[in-house]
Amino acid sequence: MKKPARVERDLTSHARFSRIEPYMYLLPFLIGILAFTLYPVINVIFMSFKEDYSYLTREFARWGVGNYEKVFADPKFEQAIANTLKYVVLVVPISTCIAVVVAYLLNQKLRFSALFQTAYFLPMVTSITAVGLAWRLMYNERFGIINYMLSWFGVDSIGWLTKAQYSMPALVIFGIWNILPFTIILLLSGLQNIDEQYYTAAKVDGARSLRIFFRITVPLLAPTIFLVCIVNTISSFKVFSELYPLFKGEAGPFYNLYTVVYYIRYAMMESREYGVAAAAALVLFLFILVFTMVQLLIQRKWQHRR
Amino acid sequence: MRVRLEHLTKRFSDVTAVSDFSASLEHGELISLLGPSGCGKSTILNMLAGILPVTSGKIYFDDDDVTNMPPEKRGIGLVFQNYALYPHMTVLQNICFPLEVQKVPKAERLERAMDIAKLVHVDTMMKRHPAELSGGQQQRVAIARALVKNPRLLLLDEPLSNLDARLRLEMREEIRRIQQRTGVTTIFVTHDQEEAMSISDRIVLMKLGVLQQNDLPQNLYDQPANQFVADFLGNPPINNLRGVVKGGRFELEDGSASCDCSLCAGAGEGRRVTLALRAESAVVGPEGPLGCEVTSIYQMGKEEMAYLRFGTSEFRAYISVEDGLKRGQQVRVALRKRGVFLFDTETGERIA
Repeated sequence: MKKPARVERDLTSHARFSRIEPYMYLLPFLIGILAFTLYPVINVIFMSFKEDYSYLTREFARWGVGNYEKVFADPKFEQAIANTLKYVVLVVPISTCIAVVVAYLLNQKLRFSALFQTAYFLPMVTSITAVGLAWRLMYNERFGIINYMLSWFGVDSIGWLTKAQYSMPALVIFGIWNILPFTIILLLSGLQNIDEQYYTAAKVDGARSLRIFFRITVPLLAPTIFLVCIVNTISSFKVFSELYPLFKGEAGPFYNLYTVVYYIRYAMMESREYGVAAAAALVLFLFILVFTMVQLLIQRKWQHRR
Repeated sequence: MRVRLEHLTKRFSDVTAVSDFSASLEHGELISLLGPSGCGKSTILNMLAGILPVTSGKIYFDDDDVTNMPPEKRGIGLVFQNYALYPHMTVLQNICFPLEVQKVPKAERLERAMDIAKLVHVDTMMKRHPAELSGGQQQRVAIARALVKNPRLLLLDEPLSNLDARLRLEMREEIRRIQQRTGVTTIFVTHDQEEAMSISDRIVLMKLGVLQQNDLPQNLYDQPANQFVADFLGNPPINNLRGVVKGGRFELEDGSASCDCSLCAGAGEGRRVTLALRAESAVVGPEGPLGCEVTSIYQMGKEEMAYLRFGTSEFRAYISVEDGLKRGQQVRVALRKRGVFLFDTETGERIA
């Protein structure tokens, strides 16, 4: 009589263990997330409401919205928002358009397409800092290759990194170049998901390649294009690592290229206003949230028809 | 439009998909390209459409050599196996697309699209997207899109294989109706013999890129040119008894049984032959040249199917319920004139 009962208990304890088991495998990862993502995120929210917060002593004067008041009153932050928006509005559409065309061309069965693919995907595997330094040289006013090539067309040498009006274009061009490979990879996989038969059908109907591109390829690629836009918008809002090496760690030649993340870093590392940095970070988060929501809404409106 | 294919050959690097294929079809005809998968029927269709270049041989539409003409100039309508309707366009936009490409004025475009939509019965769903249609409706839209530009030739690539059995029957009749209403010359690719038999004016049967027989559907069944044709058509499949001609009689290969056989008369002594008979051509009765034993009986509804053992071979035959046959019973089997053939076992060539 005793034995069967024991077997039963063994079974239930085994069942209990197998219910817990998967969570145990997840635990290490969960701890990592909690400690290094969730805790900091929540902490930043609290921090942004602590006035005169000291990171070292963890002391603060009072709870309040003073940090936000400071951020919004700061002309540098205003400039940072304006620059960041300008950067996003320029980089995302231009890089997406270029990437669609390049991905389309790479998707054709061209000769040397492996070579092209390597060339296009190179930026992805190189360190942005190293590449940024290389671009510094390329942008150089007197012996940079860009000005050299422009001189073939009779363009006078441009102070890409030294003149205020050229510093934003320099940053944008570098940013586009840097974001292209990832965008192209996503679009390429989207293109490869389009059934060859649509092209055949259109060709039999007599459609030429330009019409096929705009009437068949682009609409069928639209879900991927939306995805790319959202991902790139988010990453472009966080522009910083493109800026930093290009101007030797400064925000442009005349401190004219503040971006939001640069502002956050400056508040954190240079002026040591931790609460202000946290408040700016939350403002950036809200900006990204709103932009992404708008894009998702547009996408949903546009795609419900299928 | 008349279509003529002369000595058409298609090679893919070292594989010959179609070899020396010649056939022609008359204006307004519907012919089926029939054969097992990999027989080259879709390759021929794609060459007709101009999607695949021809290795050698010529294609004529009426008297024009179109062998090297690009697809859009050939005036063909193509219906794909999985329809290939543009998912982001409505039914109306799908049907209009070929006209839009031809720069037909918008009013005329809409009118023609509406006319053709009425013909194929999709005129009530013009605003919907393909994903909101059933398989049969998508098929109809695909046909409308192919027909709207008034093609000289309509090509259908296994159009029914993605539909369920009931819908397949319905669409089969629909395609026939639409084809007869428009009178468009049509080529229909299929691997389904029943489909081909019921729909087409003529059937072109292929095997491994080689034409086997080009004939009226009934002739293909009644007068197969070779063993392959006899095997391919008919359900249940034709019975094959392998044997040799001995003394003017048919004897099974292992010598376990033999019978008188008038077909063997001209075959030549000692030749290895296959006696092929359809299940409905064996008559079980008191007399007949074949002495058989009933091994099993299956109820088929209106009739019964018996497995009969002849020597060491076995074959199927329809029997009527009234005969009251039992398992293990010895019977005599006579052969009808129709549906009994003699083939050369080695070459598959028809002897009688």
